[in-house]
Order: sequence, then C-alpha cells, then structure tokens
Amino acid sequence: MSAPALDVQGVSVAYGGGRLALRNATLALQPGRICGLVGMNGAGKSTLFKTIMGFLPPLRGQVQVFGEPVRQAQKAGVIAYVPQAEDVDWDFPVSVRDVVTMGRQGRMGLLRRPSAADRDAVQAALARVSMTDFAERQIGELSGGQRKRAFLARALAQDARLLLLDEPFGGVDVGTSEAITGLLSDLADSGRSVLVSTHDLGTLETFCDDVALIADRTVLTVGPTAQTLTAGNLARAFGGRSPLHDPARIPERALEVR
Amino acid sequence: MDALLAPLGYDFMLRALLVSSLVGAVCAVLSCFITLKGWSLMGDAVSHAVLPGVVLAYLLNLPFVIGAFVFGLISVSAIGFIQSRSRVKEDTVIGVVFTALFSLGLVMISRVSSDVHLSHILFGDVLGISQNELWQTVVAGAVALGAILILRRDLLLYVFDATHARSIGLNTGFLYAALLVILALTIVSALQTVGVILVVAMLITPGATAYLLTDRFSRMMWLAVATGVLSSLLGTYVSYFLDGATGACIVLTQSVLFGLAFLFAPKHGQLARRRQQRLEREAELQG
Ligand SMILES: Nc1ncnc2c1ncn2[C@@H]1O[C@H](COP(=O)(O)OP(=O)(O)OP(=O)(O)O)[C@@H](O)[C@H]1O
Ligand SMILES: [Mg+2]
Repeated sequence: MSAPALDVQGVSVAYGGGRLALRNATLALQPGRICGLVGMNGAGKSTLFKTIMGFLPPLRGQVQVFGEPVRQAQKAGVIAYVPQAEDVDWDFPVSVRDVVTMGRQGRMGLLRRPSAADRDAVQAALARVSMTDFAERQIGELSGGQRKRAFLARALAQDARLLLLDEPFGGVDVGTSEAITGLLSDLADSGRSVLVSTHDLGTLETFCDDVALIADRTVLTVGPTAQTLTAGNLARAFGGRSPLHDPARIPERALEVR
Repeated sequence: MDALLAPLGYDFMLRALLVSSLVGAVCAVLSCFITLKGWSLMGDAVSHAVLPGVVLAYLLNLPFVIGAFVFGLISVSAIGFIQSRSRVKEDTVIGVVFTALFSLGLVMISRVSSDVHLSHILFGDVLGISQNELWQTVVAGAVALGAILILRRDLLLYVFDATHARSIGLNTGFLYAALLVILALTIVSALQTVGVILVVAMLITPGATAYLLTDRFSRMMWLAVATGVLSSLLGTYVSYFLDGATGACIVLTQSVLFGLAFLFAPKHGQLARRRQQRLEREAELQG
C-alpha cells in the first residue's frame, strides 16, 4: 500500500513551556480523501495544523507526509496550508493577484519570475473562488470573506497534493461555503487529500469521507464519516455542551447517522 | 548661470554626485523592505553600532568597510542572542546594544588619535572622498544591490508572510539572515556619504515616501529609487554652495519629498483622503 498522505503518530506538543496543547494525537489520511476535523473551541484543531506544519516542534511522536518528513515535503511543494486567521499586514502593497502568485513561488526558477503556466494557474485559482473581479485590488481593500477566498486561491494555485485548511468556512456566506465544499470535492476527485477543520457539523456528511473528532487536546477517534459521527462520539467530543443536548442546534444530518 | 554650473566643473563634485546617487539608489531599494518589515530601529541600531569597527579598521590599517561590516554583524548577532535568552522586549534590546557599541566607538576615538575625523564618520564627507574609499563604497553597494535584486521576490514573500514562505519550502532562517547582512552592507556603503548618524534616513525615508504613492511593490521600488537618487543629486549639489553638510542636505531633500507625498499623494495623501471622505459623505447624503 502507498504511504498515507498524512500520518500523525502519537504527537504531543506544548506552547512555550506550558501544559500540553496536544496529547498523543494520532491521525492518518489516505490520498484522495477529505477528512473533516471537528471539536470545540480550544480543543486543539489549529494546534494540530501548526504541529503538522512543523511550526510547533513535537515533544513526542512524528509527522510524515507521503512517507517523507514534513520539511522535505514542504520543500517539494507538496503541502498547502491556509491558517485560521492570516497574520499579515493588510496594508502591504500587494494585489490579490500578487498574493495568489505567491502560491507558485516555491516552484519558480532562481529569480522567481512567474512563467506563463504560473500566470494561468493563478488566473484559474482566482476564477475557482470567484475572485477574478478583485484580482487587481490591494489585499486590504477586501471584505473578510473575500480575504479568506484570496488566500484559499493561493493554496489552490500551489497545486499541492495535501491541503490543510483551518476553518475555511469561518465568516463566509452560504453561497461561498457551498462553493468551497464543491471545490474540495473536486480536489479529492483529482486525487488530492484535504484535512479541513470546521464547526459546521451539518455539512460534514455532504463532503467529508472521513471525520476526526478532537477533544481535550487529543484525537478521540478518526474514521469514515458515517461510522464516526455517532451520537455517542459526538457526546464525548462535545462533552456536556453536546449539540445533541440542545435539539434546536442539532444538525439534522448529524442525527440521521446514528 | 555659470555660477550654477560651476560645481559640475570639479572632479570631486562629479565623484560625489556619482557616489551619493549610487548610495541613494541602493539604500532606496533596501528601504522598501526595511519599512515594510518594520525594521527602522534595527537600521538605526546597526548604523550606530559600526562605529567601533571603523575606528578599529583605521588602527589596523584595514579597509573601513571591513571593520564596519564586522561590527554590523556583531551588533545584529548580539541583539538576536540577548533577545532569545531574556524576557526583555526586542526594541529595548536593540536600544541597549547599539548605544553600547556606539559609546564604545566614541571612547575609542577619544583615546586613540585625533587623526580620525570624528565628524566625518558621524556625518559623512562625500565631497572629500578618496579614490580608495570610493572603491570600497562602490563594491559594498554593488554587492548589496545585487543580493537584493536576486533575492527580491523571496525577501518580499518573507517580509509579507513568513508562515507561507516556510510552508512552501523556503528557508526563512536564511532569508532573515540575508536581510540583516544586506542591511549591514548597505549601511557600510552609505557611511562615506551620510555618516553613521543619518544613514537610517536613507534606509527608511525613500521607502516611506514611495509607500504613500502606490499600492504595488514593484512601483514602490522604482519610486523609492527615483526619490533616493534625486535627493542624492540635489542634496550633494546644494551642499557645494554650503561648503559641506552633504549628508544632511541629502536627508533634508528626502524629508521634503516625504512631506510632499504626505500631503499630495494621489490616494494616501492628506488632501486626497479628505476629498475622498467628503465625496463619500456627500454621495451617502444624496442617496
Ligand atoms: N499561542 C498560544 N500560546 C499558548 N496557548 C495556546 C496558544 N494557541 C492556542 N493555545 C491553547 O491551546 C489549546 C488549543 O488551541 P487551538 O487554537 O488549537 O484550538 P482550536 O481547536 O483551533 O479552537 P478554535 O475552534 O477556537 O479555533 C487552547 O487551550 C488554547 O488556549
Ligand atoms: Mg482553531
């Protein structure tokens, strides 16, 4: 069998010298699949992304991407990462197109001049998230949702085999949200693997092949959506505040899978 | 008329114009990165910290650029070392380190000799630049410029979004170090023209002016170079009539250009902003 797209094995990390932010987390993602990452605020989703990317060095355990150490995979341009919130200067003198072009930079030559193929990929990525009309805007001149789409386009332009998306649905409207799920399904159809965190339990079923439940700083369970998204598991992941305790908040489809 | 053209008849003037415009161009290109990265204080720090290096180079009979460059590197390493090993904030560490090295330089000058012209080091003396110093300046400036131009896009990405730079496999540690080394080299090349105290102006003002004029980085670079070179030429020329203070004249010209951009820049200037606000309010009241 070929190596998993992503293999997180028994990873523990801490911020600074403090208590563990992730305890013995294990998760594997096979090529061509979409895995939804769900859990309460502060459960450790973003921490898991940062650990996978090597921004937080694991105290224990290891992470591999397509059978390689992460740094090597990054150098090969295999991983695209879109953080939950971009930590950039929004007044920076770059246009949306410039930002999306940065997704291609790793594969450009010595002087990093975009080739015709790079420009085409950028154009296609912009179109894919309906940002073509905003391409020449300075990046600060966008709404919150448009900013998210611009950075998603950058990840698309990178044409990576593994995409790590930390809450791409946060703060985007319903139409955009549907567009993004469609986009992720297309990516998976073309063989890419996606790890995507979300708080929208209701849509998980529609586009995720797998679900990973994360709670209390570790991965509780991970597996095919239908088997994993059970009432019992959800109750464990969401504790006393389980959406199941509040019928008004239960997403219908999450209930159906019981 | 003849009086106005007179300066151009002198070799030393032509040399000064040439050197100062080269320095103006190199500093201007770098200033785009320094201002966007928020490293103005770092620029000020490195420029002051090279003083002991200049004095030492004089004592050991070495080219001044070498001494200055070495102390530039010592200062950034010391800053990085102390910062990573203490809870003191970065700007405080920078302040502590550069004032220490600058003071060390002053003490060395007062102890060693009256041959070292303190005022020339502090304020530059491009009108009196020797052939030897000219070459050192040109080489340091050319190497810095070449490095920036080659690394330009990676440096830009690093300054804008280091997380992404690392994600796509760039070596961000190298880019950080490269930017610091280029900073030190550029400062070294500007010493003869504007001196230790005013170098920082060359490293930030053209970038700041250009930033007010455009929202595109490539245009920002060209605009910065244009204001940098124009200021160097005008400032040097004017200083002929004042018989000195060339560095200060250059920096003053840059400041005037910044002031003009601050007021009159097409989109980000004060007047344009006010007009824009008024138009928006009126449109809203009408609608
Ligand atoms: N920079 C940091 N320094 C210290 N602790 C942190 C830091 N970032 C997060 N934490 C802690 O680590 C834990 C996990 O945080 P994380 O950001 O991974 O949560 P999350 O699952 O992404 O939550 P959310 O749904 O709100 O995005 C939390 O308890 C949080 O307080
Ligand atoms: Mg998060």
